[in-house]
Amino acid sequence: MSTASPKPVRVLSFSQKVGRWDLKFSPYLYISPFFVMFAIVGLFPIGYTAFISFMDWDLVRNSGTFVGFDQYIWILQQPHFWTALRNTFSIFLISTVPQLLLAVFIAAMLDRNIRAKTFWRMGVLLPFVIAPVAVGLIFNVVFADNFGLVNGVLTDLGLTPIPWHKDPFWSHVAIATMVNYRWTGYNTLILLAAMQAVNREYYEAATVDGAGLFRQFTAITLPSLRPTLIFVIITATIGGLQIFDEPRVFDQFGRGGAGQQWLTITLYLYDIGWGQWNFGRAAAMAWILFIIILAIGLLNLFITRSLVRDEGRRGDRVGRRTRKEVAR
Amino acid sequence: MRTSRRTIAAALAGVATIALVTTGCATGGGESSGGTTTLTLATFNDFGYTDELLAEFTAETGIEVVHNKAATSNDARANYFQKLGKSGLADVEAVEIDWFTEAMQYADLLAPVPDDLKGRWLDWKEASATDADGNLIAYGTDIGPQGICYRGDLFAAAGLPTDRTEVAALFDGDWDNFFTIGADYTAKTGKPFIDSANSVLQGIVNQLEFAYEEPDGAIIATENPDIEAAYKAVVEKAVPIAAYAGQWSEDWFASMASGEFAAMLCPGWMLGVISGNAPDITGWDIADAFPGGGGNWGGSYLTVPANGANVEAAQKLADWLTSPETQLKAFTNAGTFPSQVEALASSELAAATNEYFNNAPTGEILTSRAEAITVATFKGPKYFQFHDALQNAVTRVFDGLEDETTSWNTWVTEVSAF
Repeated sequence: MSTASPKPVRVLSFSQKVGRWDLKFSPYLYISPFFVMFAIVGLFPIGYTAFISFMDWDLVRNSGTFVGFDQYIWILQQPHFWTALRNTFSIFLISTVPQLLLAVFIAAMLDRNIRAKTFWRMGVLLPFVIAPVAVGLIFNVVFADNFGLVNGVLTDLGLTPIPWHKDPFWSHVAIATMVNYRWTGYNTLILLAAMQAVNREYYEAATVDGAGLFRQFTAITLPSLRPTLIFVIITATIGGLQIFDEPRVFDQFGRGGAGQQWLTITLYLYDIGWGQWNFGRAAAMAWILFIIILAIGLLNLFITRSLVRDEGRRGDRVGRRTRKEVAR
Repeated sequence: MRTSRRTIAAALAGVATIALVTTGCATGGGESSGGTTTLTLATFNDFGYTDELLAEFTAETGIEVVHNKAATSNDARANYFQKLGKSGLADVEAVEIDWFTEAMQYADLLAPVPDDLKGRWLDWKEASATDADGNLIAYGTDIGPQGICYRGDLFAAAGLPTDRTEVAALFDGDWDNFFTIGADYTAKTGKPFIDSANSVLQGIVNQLEFAYEEPDGAIIATENPDIEAAYKAVVEKAVPIAAYAGQWSEDWFASMASGEFAAMLCPGWMLGVISGNAPDITGWDIADAFPGGGGNWGGSYLTVPANGANVEAAQKLADWLTSPETQLKAFTNAGTFPSQVEALASSELAAATNEYFNNAPTGEILTSRAEAITVATFKGPKYFQFHDALQNAVTRVFDGLEDETTSWNTWVTEVSAF
């Protein structure tokens, strides 16, 4: 010690020390509430789910034995899981595609000069405020196999009734209808906002050039909608992969049908967790779903980026502004 | 910094939220206040425990009872297993027979029934609530002895007898006899005979001693010849005469209201379901018979979680609620048929009639049906999963999705993974 180069020892007073701590640590303290909350309500559950997914877990006794990747392997070996995956994507496609086409159409109608604008715009959003379970109950009366509204009309017309609760395709159509009923209005409003941001001068110029309504729609409106559409598609994808309420209330048991015709991934997850009390498997399932959503999210990002670049080359100012609108 | 009103409001809101979250986790019930003990009682649907009935208990013992009712048995089940062994359960918790076996796995977390109460309930009702160490862990409330409900008017139209003693004689026999009568009816009228194929499966399985599991934990589901025979019988003989695959669907209720089918397997509590959902249909009656002997469907228990604050007082309440006298009052209130030996012998029960069912002496008939029950099916912890999957197999055949053999094989593959 004594041989060390004599460096003058700086003695700091206590208040100086506090001042230094203040400088060093208080910024972290100021931003800490978010990170503390995020750790508690965000990271911890995700981590704990991962922990449970490697265990054979007993919920009541709050204990488990380590089983490694057994739960993941079990899930991937279940035919139900693959059926559920197929159903989820099928319902997603049957609901999203017509829904967006309809939403674009309705938004285009509402974008025109019509009477009682606000009334119509609020009107399309009305189904969105109804609870999904209530929607399910209403549509159960519509889609009952023997005493349902739709099949009643079909039989009266002398047509064959549709096997809503038997055939996978038709059950998906019925569930997709419930989804569309709720979400079309919501997407309409977002697309309408994007349409309103389009510079009206373009339409005037097009009219002067002699373009018809349809030509204006395809040449001006649709290209400007592209970034908004991407946003709507991404949110619809995430929502579609997590579809739960509608298939849950589609029949009296809520477990996806006798032949798993409308079993979706989240429904299967719920049944394993809260029907069979097997939280190890349910946690593994949750992680698999998380990875699937992550993968599709990345795919979306990739597609979005290439589309946006493409747009940049065309120098579409309108599109960019709309994108900003949406980002807000 | 200038503190605006909005900042204060936001801060207050934040504090309030945190307070709500933390207090939301606090345990409820079991607090002693002002010298009197307050107990909590949790049930679901309708056990017939009215406020007046609970007031009688308070008058006798000075213990206040707070009654929490869950809407459905499923809600009660979720709540039960999320809190069992931790905290937050009521002092006395009702458990339905469907998930009772799951609760039996945690028998050590429940306070046993005092020995002097043994013998109060029917043997089989007590046997299914006794754990491996011989402790009775639950207080039986009601049972579901099954008779056959039938439509007198539809039976007459098909040339079948209508008097309930004659109908009882007609159905006195095994399941094949029942299927033959059903097939004749369907052939004559072109209409479905019974409401659903899966209720028949339920009826047959509830007469087996072992269904899918054995008490030592061995899984016999796919090898049990009785189960395969039950499946075969239901698929080949019950499906053609049934209106629906399963019960409780939108269509099933609508069909009941419009009077589409002629007969149903009827536990006591089903009488209320029929009269409640088909008020405009006349002609329902109940016969003192059941194919293949007696059969029980449903019924509940009361349990006392061992880590509650007032276990002793809670045991007193459970004892009082399941006493023959109280159960008879509950039966009058809600039609929950008693499981207590003494209550079954009472004249009050014997005198009960049901106006909707052509003034049938339902008390007498159901008592006779309860006496005919000899077997309590052993239901292991995975009973619900196995049975549900087998019901799905029957439904697949009913819906024409798969044929008999394919559907059975699908079931075997499915349950092998459990």
